Formats: sequence, C-alpha cells, structure tokens
Amino acid sequence: MNWRRASIAAAAAAPIIGLFAWGLTRDPNNIPSPLPGRAAPSFALAVFSPGQGGLMRPAGDTVRLADLKGKVVVLNFWASWCLACRDEHAALSQVAATYEGQPVQFLGVLYNDVPDKGRAWIAEMGGQSYPSVDDPGARVAIDYGLYGVPETFFLDGNGRVAFKNTGPVTPGMVRLKVDSLMAVAALQASAAQPAPAPRAPAKDRAGGPEKTGGAK
Amino acid sequence: MIRLIASNAILVALVVTALGAILTPVAILRGRRDWLSFSFAAVYTNFALVTVSTLALVWGLVSHDFSISYVAQVGSRATPTFYTIISLWGALEGSIVFWAWVLGMYAAAVVWFNRKREGNLVPYAAMALLLVALFFHILLLGPANPFQAVFPVPFDGPGPNPLLQNHILMGVHPPLLYLGYVGMTVPFAFAVGAMLSGEVASDDWIRLTRRWTLVAWGFLTAAIIAGMWWSYEVLGWGGYWAWDPVENASFIPWLTCTAYLHSVMVQERRGMLKLWNLNLMVGTFVLTILGTFLTRSGIISSVHAFTQGTIGYYFLGFIAVVLLSTLILVAGNSDKLGSEGKLDAPLSRETAFLLQNMFFTVFMFTVLIGTLFPLVAELVRGVKVSVGTPFFNKMSIPLMVALLFLMGVGPVLPWRKGAGPELKGKLTAGVVLGLLFGVVGLVMGARNAYAVLSFTFAGFALGANVGEFVRGANARVRAHGESWLVALSRLVAGNRRRFGGYVAHIGVVLVALGVTASGTFKKEQEATLTPGQSMTVSGHTVRFKNAWLREEKQRQVVGATMEIMDGTRVSATVEPRMNYYPTSQQPVPTPQVKSTWSGDIYLNLMAFKQDGSNVTVKVIWEPLVPWIWFGGFVICFGAILGILPTRREAAVASAPAGGTP
Repeated sequence: MNWRRASIAAAAAAPIIGLFAWGLTRDPNNIPSPLPGRAAPSFALAVFSPGQGGLMRPAGDTVRLADLKGKVVVLNFWASWCLACRDEHAALSQVAATYEGQPVQFLGVLYNDVPDKGRAWIAEMGGQSYPSVDDPGARVAIDYGLYGVPETFFLDGNGRVAFKNTGPVTPGMVRLKVDSLMAVAALQASAAQPAPAPRAPAKDRAGGPEKTGGAK
Repeated sequence: MIRLIASNAILVALVVTALGAILTPVAILRGRRDWLSFSFAAVYTNFALVTVSTLALVWGLVSHDFSISYVAQVGSRATPTFYTIISLWGALEGSIVFWAWVLGMYAAAVVWFNRKREGNLVPYAAMALLLVALFFHILLLGPANPFQAVFPVPFDGPGPNPLLQNHILMGVHPPLLYLGYVGMTVPFAFAVGAMLSGEVASDDWIRLTRRWTLVAWGFLTAAIIAGMWWSYEVLGWGGYWAWDPVENASFIPWLTCTAYLHSVMVQERRGMLKLWNLNLMVGTFVLTILGTFLTRSGIISSVHAFTQGTIGYYFLGFIAVVLLSTLILVAGNSDKLGSEGKLDAPLSRETAFLLQNMFFTVFMFTVLIGTLFPLVAELVRGVKVSVGTPFFNKMSIPLMVALLFLMGVGPVLPWRKGAGPELKGKLTAGVVLGLLFGVVGLVMGARNAYAVLSFTFAGFALGANVGEFVRGANARVRAHGESWLVALSRLVAGNRRRFGGYVAHIGVVLVALGVTASGTFKKEQEATLTPGQSMTVSGHTVRFKNAWLREEKQRQVVGATMEIMDGTRVSATVEPRMNYYPTSQQPVPTPQVKSTWSGDIYLNLMAFKQDGSNVTVKVIWEPLVPWIWFGGFVICFGAILGILPTRREAAVASAPAGGTP
C-alpha cells in the first residue's frame, strides 16, 4: 500500500461528501419566486364561492386586480385535492374575518379543480370567510409561476408582489405580513399628502357588490 | 403471517451477510481456508432468504394482504394482477426489496461460477458483495421497511401510482434497470477482491470480470432504451429524453462502463491503462450508488418523485464508506499498476480508444456536473438554479458527433503500427455512405451543422462497421471456398467479442439516426376537431371520428377514435385516450402511436367537450423514432454475441473442470 497517495485520495473525497451532507439539509422544492418586488400579474376571475358576512362577494362576480388598487391583497392558491390546504384553511379563514372593513382583500384561487368540488370542500371544512374565484385552465396560476398548492402571494397597495409563501401559512405570519403592508401603505399615503394626491386607500369597495363592466 | 416470514427472512439475512463478510478476512488471515466455504454458504443463504422475502411480498400483493404496510400503500383490489405484481418496484420500499434480491442473485452466481478458482480474489469479492447486501438489508429493516404492521387492516388500498399502471413497459424497464444497475456491483467486487488479494497487477482477473461487466452493461443499455420508450409511449409529450436527474443517474454510469469496455481491450492487448481501467470499474459502481442517492434522497428536485424521509442519510453514509475505502484502496495500489507498453504510433487503434475514453469521460463529467450544479450553486452563491435541456444538448451534441466519427475510425485502424496503405480501401465504404447520408440529410432540409455532421458520421460508422463483416467474410470465401453466408457466420463465431462489438456499433448508428432525424424534422400541431374534421401534419392526415367513454374496473377511460388517412381511404384507426384513476385528480394521458418504418404518427388527446362534440388533439410526426427502439435491440444482440463463450473458451472450460480439488 502506498499510504501517501491513499490519504490524498481520501482527503479528495471529503468535500464531495460534505457537499451532499449539506445538500440533505436543503429542500430542493422550495424555490424562491422572482416575483417579489415586481408588479403582480393582472387577472379577472369569476367568484364561485361568495364567502361570508362583510367579506362576501356574490357568485359570478368578476374580481379584477386592477380594481383592488390601494388594498393589500392576499392571494391564496388552493385545491380540493390538496392535503396541505386543509392544514391552513381554518387559520386563513379566521384571520381574514378579523380584517373586515379594512383595506385588505383575501381571495382564494381554485387551482386545477372544478368549482363543484371546491364548494363541497369549503362546506366540508366549515365555510370560508373570504370569496374564492375559479382559474379555468390555470392561466393565472401560470402567470404567478405556481409550483404547487398551497402557495400564498401578498400584494401591496401598489399592485406589487411583496411576499410569497410556499406551503401552509400560519395565522401569525399572515397577520405580520398584512399588517406591515398596511403600515407601509399608510406611511406612503401620508408622505405623499403634500404632493398631488394619489388615490387614497379605497374603502368604498370593501363590501358592496359592484358591476365592473364599465371599468377599464 | 406472510409479513412475519418476510421481515424475519430479512433479519436473518442481515445476520448471515454480516457474519459471512467478517468471516472472510478472518479465515484468510488465519490461514483457515476451509472456513471460506462458510462465507460462500452465507452468499447462497442470503440469496435464499431474500428470495423468500421477495416472493412473500409479491404474494402479499397478489392476495391483497393489506396488513402489510407496502401492500396498503400501493395495492388495490381493482388493479389488474399484472400491475399488482409489478408494483413490487412501484414505490421505494418494494424497489429496495427487489434490489436486494437482484444483488443476492448476482452474488450467488458469482460465487457459484468461480467457486473452484484458487487464490483469495473470489473470497474477497464475495465479501464485498456481502457488505453491499448488508447495507440494503439495513435499509429494509430501517428507513425502507415494507413489512410494517398496519392496524386496523384496511379493506382496500389506493393502488399504484396511475402513471405506473398505465403501460406494459412498466413491467420491462425497471427489472432491466436493476439488472444493469445492480450488476455493476459485480465488477466492483472483483476489483476490490483483486486489490485485497494482491492480484491486481495480473490481467487474469480482468478477463474474469469482462463477461460480468458486459452482462450488466447489456442490461443497463436495454433499460435506458426501454425507459426512453416508456416515457415516449406514456407521458404524451412526444419526446423520449429530458435530461432529468433520474435519467442522468442511469446514463452517467453507462458512460463510464462503455468507456471501460473499450479501454480494457488496450490493457488486454498492450498492458496499458491498468490504473485507468480500475478507476473506471470502481467509478461505475460508485456512480450507480451516487445516482441512487441523488434520486432517492430528495436532495435534487426531479419529476420522478421518489423522495422519502431519512433514507438519504443512510445512502450518504454508504457513499462515504464506499468512496473513502475504494479511493484508499485504488490509490494505495496505484504503484503496482504501471504501464507495460507505450503508444507506438499516433494513428493506431490504441489512439482511437484513448480518444474515445477521453470523450466518454468528458461526457460523464458534463452530465454529472450539470446534474449536481444546482446543489453547488446553492452552496456557493446561495441561489437556486436549474440546469435544463439547453445546457445538456449544447454540451453533449458535439461529443456525440465526435464519438460517432470515432466509432467509424476505430474498427478500421490497426493495433500498434501506424495506418498503412490498406486503410484507404477500408475507409471507402464508410466515406461513400457518409457522404450519401449527409446529402440526404441536407436534401430533407437539415440546416443545423451538427445534424448534418451527425447524419454523415452515422453513415460513415455504418459503412466502416458493416465493411468489417463484408471484408472478413470475403477473405474466408477466398481462403476456404465457403459460401458467403457460411463464411460470415464462421467469421462471427470465431471472434464473437469483436464482431459483437461491431453489431452494437451498428445498433448505435440506428439510434443516432433516429435521434438526429426526430430532433431535426419533428413536426407537431394541435387542433380542435369536430367529428369528420381532419388535420394534416407533415403530409400525414388524421380524421376525428367520434369520442367515447368507457367504464373499466380500476378506471374511467375517455377516448377519441382517430382515423389515419391514406388519400380518401382509412388506412388505420387509433384511439388516444385519457385514463381517470380514482386516486389521481388529473387524467393520465394515454397517447397512441402508429408506427411505420419511416416514423411514427403520435396522437395525444389533450381535451374534449363533455358531450363529445369536439376534441383537442396533438398530432406529432416523429421521423425515424422506431429506429431508436430497433437500434436498442441490435445493441443488445451485439452484447449477447459478446457474452456467449467462444468455441475455444468452451473447450478450455470443459477440459480441466475436475482438475483441481
């Protein structure tokens, strides 16, 4: 045996093994989105599940991102066949209800599923406080670069993607992100006060059903 | 009951393999060779035990014994029996059972065929095989245990992954892959045996290993081609190779093994490249384990979702042990592996083999680095990247074209001495065919330089390799007055290994033509048709007749009856379908392929109106794709020719059989 060469060879193997050991601690499916900081892809989707109470929007109504300007938008992609969606459902629904009357829009987006199954799922889970829209052909999901469900996008009042979360959300995390985005929006609004006034956070659209046919 | 038999069999096998492996060095170091028969017995016993456990698992699947965790995971009463049996390798735990069984079989065969050989090589090789088997038994009792008790016992299970019960090739590709992949353990074990026994400098063990390597290589080649075929027939995108990590994992060791099969001839003829060959041999095994680790541990994202909890750490530990111990062994023995010969002429067959090895090694590193790069990039720069088809194609196409050229040059170059005037005659057929193929490619519309070169060199290699048969047979006709066919068959029988290699080369040419043509001339179109409407792709017209729905035991099937037109006449009817399985939310596309010698008409049902009033179909014209599958058969036929014993070997083997007690 040539022990000198043998030890050099053994030393050469160490970094490879180290790389793999480190790699095992990573989740290859957790892919950062390039979207945060950029304008959110626009959409116009029909409501299939109206939601409850003050957050309600009638079924069949079209929700457009352009009409949500000034509001913080929480876009949650889900499906009735998704197991992890069950884990986050109750938390998301309860947190959304606490923001009633504030400039925040929670919106479920049904991914690769049929509205009937989506409605049955919502009934099975004991209701959903905010409205859900259908995304036929997963066009909007593709625009948002969806990797799987659930994924949740937090859009700021200027229509930009601020955060993206892969996998189930927790109530604390949703609150933190929504509150901070609302705080930023309020700061920007007050800072911009002296200059020609931008559109203030619109409160008027929070509840009322609205025909959007004429909007551009 | 079945569960207890199966899991206890593995437990006993674990003890037996561990004892057998420990006993070998003890027996050799203490000079008690009579003890070695016990470690050989451990190899046979292990095989018997894993056979019991594999059969028990299959029986559990067939009898729907849902008290066994694996059966509860992949079994279903509605699944047809054929797919129930092959779901043995449909998920992680069962595939490890199958792996252990194939390994046990190889180990038993190695010991049986070499039991009379003197020296310590075979005992040490058996020890290496037992140690690898031990690792798989640990997996089966730890993170990949298929025999856990399920309580309460469910009445029915979800059935296998829908994609894995949708095509007959699922019964063909995985067993071939395991036979090839696991078979690479055998040459590795011989290499370890040679190093530990001190026989590494002799060429005897290289000859002993040759046939085993060729067997594993033949299976791996067949498996890769069958996998391409399966993905082509099942996945509905009309392609057969996507450079997915799992595909790369099977391809990387194939590259080193193919390099070895060629460079080992230089060692046998000239006594050169000994250390290099040893590296290729053990490297191939390490790469199979690495590939398994990459695809089973979830370390790299792949469409083949095989990710499971803690098994990655076990594989990591195994790789560390294997990598360290073989590197130490090889480096420690490297002094003994000097070259006996040297390159005499720049234009000789040795040079061709050397270049071939260089290209194959570069190819291997290209694919390996492309596969591992996402991991390195995240470590070094903290960014997530994915390495896709453009990188692999850009890097590998020039290498493949160069290898096609070498495949034509190598066989006509002589050993040792530089090429003489006879070379001109040997090259004529190849050059003529090559130019012809290149021109045909150009006329057909190929404009990419690599595509034209690929057609040209494919023709060149075809001419050169076929020319070897023609010239050899002609020489025999002149010398012995035999008829041409007799001369040809005797020529091949006299040197099966050499001509088996040329047959494999011809198979590779067919594959290359299929890949180049389908990559260059493929045409696809998607259209929504109402009954009676037709569409035309690349001159092939298909007409939509009607859509239908069928209830089957384990699934619902929506299909479209499509007629392939020859003028106004219907020449064939095909039915692309979508299969709906209760466990899957999305339909499993079931494309249909109508093959002709010049290519496939590939039809995939994309969408349908529920009332059947229209369907959306994708029609792809896939030129020469059937040649890839046929070429695969030809390569395997070449490998079989090389594996069969020559008449001389058969005579030698039968003569002194009882000579040594």
